Formats: sequence, structure tokens, C-alpha cells
Amino acid sequence: MGAEMITIVNIVLLTMLCFSAVAIMLLRHLFAVAALTGAFSLLSAGLLVALDAVDVAFTEAAVGGGISTVLMLGTLALTQRREHRPPRFSLPALLVVIATGGALIYATSDMPAYGDPNAPALQHVVPVYIEGSRNDIGVPNIVTSILASYRGYDTLGEVAVIFTAGIGVMFLLGRRREDEDDEGMVRHGPGNDPESSEPEETAS
Amino acid sequence: MKHHLILRVVSKLLIPFILLFALYVQFHGDYGPGGGFQAGVLFASAFILYALIFGVDNAREVLPSKALRFLVPVGLIIYALTGFAGIVMGGKFLDYDVLAQDPQHGQHLGILVIEFGVGTTVAAVMVTIFYAYAGRTRDVDDEDW
Repeated sequence: MGAEMITIVNIVLLTMLCFSAVAIMLLRHLFAVAALTGAFSLLSAGLLVALDAVDVAFTEAAVGGGISTVLMLGTLALTQRREHRPPRFSLPALLVVIATGGALIYATSDMPAYGDPNAPALQHVVPVYIEGSRNDIGVPNIVTSILASYRGYDTLGEVAVIFTAGIGVMFLLGRRREDEDDEGMVRHGPGNDPESSEPEETAS
Repeated sequence: MKHHLILRVVSKLLIPFILLFALYVQFHGDYGPGGGFQAGVLFASAFILYALIFGVDNAREVLPSKALRFLVPVGLIIYALTGFAGIVMGGKFLDYDVLAQDPQHGQHLGILVIEFGVGTTVAAVMVTIFYAYAGRTRDVDDEDW
């Protein structure tokens, strides 16, 4: 009963993922595309829950479904809301996609079954981690013990990457305060006002 | 966004619970799913939701950019200092075994502290990036979308 339910849920989620991907490809109104990207992330988060990867699902739902969608909308507000290039058919692109997809599907036949305890990936250090997580660290969530303790260096590096990304964005975009303090009159003249969308309209 | 009554009421109801859930994910990460990164993102998303509904200027009053500039490096420093604490107390870099009387307590303590560092940096960076984007545009009318 449980396994069948999960298969049905997987099929439904994957179908909806495919539909939203095609819709993202075909739509030219970027607001709708950004909203659909958020929906895509939420569906992926659902799939990850079905795969028992709850930690990843959390991240996907919050980052993909929430924050990155909001950032995309922020970018649209800064640039423009419509893609001008009409969709066009490209045979080489289609062939590349079909070849890559075919190769990936062919490769899945060599993969071990989902959850197979004899899979090569689970043979190497994983038993040590599972043992150690229980006996040496005493943390029931093995993901946490691996990320924070066994792979502490990596996580420190990841935090440094996030830190660097934040600093970078701060330097590149976070300079609004000066504009404001310089008295918005000069910079936000009628031609420069982001609210007046005339230049965009004439461009289209 | 003065007239979105339902959004305002619902988000006002939800934001405390999002923050509480973020704290739960943060400090319960060694027992349940989650950890510093997820908690940081959840915490930041509560502030971003607030900024979306009530305006970035109101959000800046709750969480000023100055505080964020302070918090972004602090998380990373907490993490790195925990690593050095391992050296000082006679172990290796990021070795939590020596942080408390017995190794298991040390591991628990170390994981709790570094997860707090991760959460701090992630939350601060996410809100910083959002402020950077949102601070560049004036409010957009609903019809403009």
C-alpha cells in the first residue's frame, strides 16, 4: 500500500514538473515564468520528500520556492518584464537534448536500485559514519553529524562561499543608501524614474 | 500595497510561526531534519515575507542593514573560532571531542555552536541580498506587472 501510494505520488509530481517546465519554456511573460519557477521548486521539494531527503526538501522549498523566486521578481522589477525574442525551433538544440536525455536514461539502467544497501556508494565510508554517528557523536540525524562533524571543513568552506556571495552582492548592488542620501532629485529625474515604464514600452 | 488586507492579516499571523519553526529547525537539527542552513533560510524568508507585504522600509526598521553587515561575518567567525577552540583545547582544527569533558558532549556542543554560526550567516546573507535587490527599485504598482 505504502509503496504504491509513493509511486502514484511520484507520477503525479513528475507529470506536474514536466507541465510546468514546458510552460516555463513557452511563456514570454517573465512574471508568470518566475512564478512557475517557484512552483517547479515546490514540486521538486515534494519529490525530495517522497525520496526521504527531507533536509534537501526543506532547502529547496525555502530557497527555490521562496527566496530565489522573490529575487527573480526583484530582477524583473529592475530590468524588464517581457522576453522579446519569440520562441523558435532549432533542430541542433533538439538533437542535443534528445541525445543527452537518451544517454542519461540509458545510464540509469546501470544504477543500483533505489535504497539498495549493497550500492557501491553505501559501501565505502557510509557504514563508518552510521556507526560513528550512533556511538561516537550520539546524534540521531546522520545528515547533521556528517555535515557538521565528519565534513566540518567542507561546511566551513560552504559558509565562506555564502559569506563571499553576500559580500559580493553588497558591493555590487547594496549602494542605494548613497543615492538616497545624495537627495534623490538628481538621480531619480523623470527619465530615470523606475516607475515610469515608457522606455520599455517603446522598446517593445 | 495598502489594500491587500488578506495578505497583511495572514502574513502577520504566519510570521511568528515561521520564526519559531526556524528556531526549532535550528536547534533541533541534530535530532530531526534540518540544520543551520535550512533554519537560516527559513528565518530570512520570514523577514522577506514581511518586507514584501509591509514594504522594505518597515523591514529595515526591524532589521537594519547595519545589523546585517555585523551578522554576516559573525556567523562565519563563530564557526572558525569553534575550529580554533579545538586546537587550543588540545585537539585538531574542528575537532569537537575536546570541547567538553567527554567526547560525545563535546560533539553535541560543537555541532550546536557551528550550526548556530551557519544559521546566522545564511539568514543575514539572504536578507542582505534581498535588501540589495529590493532597495534598488521603487514600489511597483500592481498594474505594472
